[in-house]
Amino acid sequence: MTDYKFIIQSSPHWKDKDSVPKIMYAVIFSLMPAVLASLYFWRWRAISLILTCIIASLVTEALFLWLRKKPFTSLLDGSAIITGLLLALTLPPSLSLELVVIGAVMAIALGKQVFGGLGNNIFNPALVGRAFLQTAFPVAMTTWIPPVSLQVDTATFATPLAQVKFYQAVSQGTVPALKDLFWGNIGGCLGETSAVALLIGAIYLLLRKTIDWRIPTGIIISLTTLTGIFWLAKPDQYASPLFHLLSGGLLIGAFFMATDMVTSPITPLGSWIYALAIGFIIGLIRLFGGFPEGVMYSILFMNAFVPLLNRFTRPRILGERRWA
Amino acid sequence: MTKLYFLNSSIFIYKKMIIKTFPHGIHPPEKKVLSASSPIETLPPPEKVIIPLLQHFGNPAQPLVKKGDEVSLGQVIGQAEGLFSAHVHSSVSGKVLAVDNYHHPLGRSLLAVTIANDGQDRYISSLAGANDPFSLSPEEIRHLVQEAGIVGLGGAAFPTAVKLSPPKDKPIDTVIINGCECEPLLTADYRLMLEYPECILKGAELIRIATSAQKIIIGIEDNKKDAFNLLRQKLKINSIELALLKTKYPQGAEKNLIYALLGREVPRGGLPFDVGVVVQNVATTKAIWEAVSQGKPLYERVITVSGEGIREPKNLLVRIGTPFKTAIDYCGGLKEGVNLLVMGGPMMGVAQWTLEMPIIKGTSGLLAWPFSGPPREFPCIGCGRCLDHCPMNLAPTRLVKLVQFNHLGEAEDWGILDCVECGCCQYSCPAKIPLVHWIKQGKDKIISLKRQKKAK
Repeated sequence: MTDYKFIIQSSPHWKDKDSVPKIMYAVIFSLMPAVLASLYFWRWRAISLILTCIIASLVTEALFLWLRKKPFTSLLDGSAIITGLLLALTLPPSLSLELVVIGAVMAIALGKQVFGGLGNNIFNPALVGRAFLQTAFPVAMTTWIPPVSLQVDTATFATPLAQVKFYQAVSQGTVPALKDLFWGNIGGCLGETSAVALLIGAIYLLLRKTIDWRIPTGIIISLTTLTGIFWLAKPDQYASPLFHLLSGGLLIGAFFMATDMVTSPITPLGSWIYALAIGFIIGLIRLFGGFPEGVMYSILFMNAFVPLLNRFTRPRILGERRWA
Repeated sequence: MTKLYFLNSSIFIYKKMIIKTFPHGIHPPEKKVLSASSPIETLPPPEKVIIPLLQHFGNPAQPLVKKGDEVSLGQVIGQAEGLFSAHVHSSVSGKVLAVDNYHHPLGRSLLAVTIANDGQDRYISSLAGANDPFSLSPEEIRHLVQEAGIVGLGGAAFPTAVKLSPPKDKPIDTVIINGCECEPLLTADYRLMLEYPECILKGAELIRIATSAQKIIIGIEDNKKDAFNLLRQKLKINSIELALLKTKYPQGAEKNLIYALLGREVPRGGLPFDVGVVVQNVATTKAIWEAVSQGKPLYERVITVSGEGIREPKNLLVRIGTPFKTAIDYCGGLKEGVNLLVMGGPMMGVAQWTLEMPIIKGTSGLLAWPFSGPPREFPCIGCGRCLDHCPMNLAPTRLVKLVQFNHLGEAEDWGILDCVECGCCQYSCPAKIPLVHWIKQGKDKIISLKRQKKAK
């Protein structure tokens, strides 16, 4: 009989098949409808932006792994690709490729690697990259071109939120149709314009239980409530909640950015507070702030509270009597 | 016998079955088909048994025999030491070869009695079974259970006599018989329910008498519907309630089972006594019946030998102290390439390093399969799945970080000592972090620090 050698390990001896790379690639897969939509609306600009961004992210990641003497296998875990892809989808289609590279480098370097790499960052890396670009190159980051499908020939073009904010679109009745917002036939960032494409990916992630359903739900509830109150009070001045839900970066933010596992709370109660606060702050910025759009800043702002939220929202242990 | 049942319980309760369960938990592959259809076979007693003196939760038993002594089957060879302990009986008749330290399946090397089997099975038992078990007083039942050395056979091996002695100020109203067998692969309890339903029902009634409870509930998961239906057929004249539970791991964990069946939460750090409940596993229940009605000490038990690495998975009735190898060889031996051997279930079982280990009272199964080694570990990405699956509603990833940074006080505030080590967190962790390993380490540190403080 053969001599058997046994492995010793602590229990449990079985593990689920899902893994970090599988989760990452599921998120990438879920963004494919949005990528396809961006290809349809912006053609070669979309391809060049997305590819540049992903390649720059991977190169930066590789550089840091080399500096930190970490195995290069971490490159393939998918997290750097997601950062690059998400950043690209939140950039204006007209942005020059040098700026795209700067954004990607900042996203990976400042957003992720300085904190210790995957799992340790406080802020959503893609949004850190975008915030850097927004601050350093404000003009380039707010210059929009119309989608190819609109077949208009203007150098600059306003996003629906900017029309509402700066051009009194609501009182003048020039708000873009909800139908165009839904399909994406509007100006805006590469991947945020087509609501339907984002929703298809979001449904996939929700069914796969990859993202926490509480976060998009909470954001949508609080944004709808806040903008709904103002809309009901003065419908001739304020845009409807549905307009707010479908415009700007709300959907990509609520389903793909705020749900980033690393930078969102782990406790159910924490997730609710985090999500409701994000939706509320988005509403405040959009209604009263100086910017037309507030998704990026509100997510980054609430990211900073995640460690505190985790700390003060410990779930009730089975058999624990809290208020006795 | 029938009369007695009527005396004990005049009303036959049979509620419409509502499928119950507890929150959180996981659904690992069950793989019970490997051994579910093989009836319990009796493993011929081996030539030599090694019987550890610690096979239960608590103090080791004190040896009563020395090298060269002749012992009989069923003879007490280890005397219980203190309240939290249990007698150990010889499982064969023959000559004591050694009373010495031997490998123990739970890790350390511990005192064990090695006996050469003379093949006679000369049976001696200081216990006399009661002719009329149901007329015994609670004390008499407890006494017989204690003398028979019965411990919880589900795996934790808590001395049963202690569990049958509720404190005066905590009246028991419900006895729960645990027929969940929620660990994947294991089918020993399932076979017992199919083959000895009467013993289990009668044993349950004895537990009810011993604890002065009013009601008995037998909880069975819905992947064992035939066992449920069989028990229901046999039930007609008893006051036992049968409950079908939605299959989910760890349904058989005491606190979760109580919650699933009764909606009661055992307080943190408390025992089922605190909510008026006693939980016993079906195998223990059968052992209680045999001890009280026949005076039979606990010298054998049913185990499942299964897993992809076993040639012919089986359910076996084995003598305590039988080496693993004997049982596995009876099941056709190990397949090529097997490198993981587990005593217990795949979720909570203990990995073993040699086939020379003895089977103990707490051995519910022997499992083996080829294992490619631990998967690559990633940093925690904070997905929160460990929280979503923890049946105690803890935050495993946070506990692990607190242990890693040695914030033991905070880990205790976050409920590390409430962890039952069921392994749901680690099973569902996509980063493959050995969460249970870290939590166990943290618990050990906290408990030993507490002991040191007490000693001062």
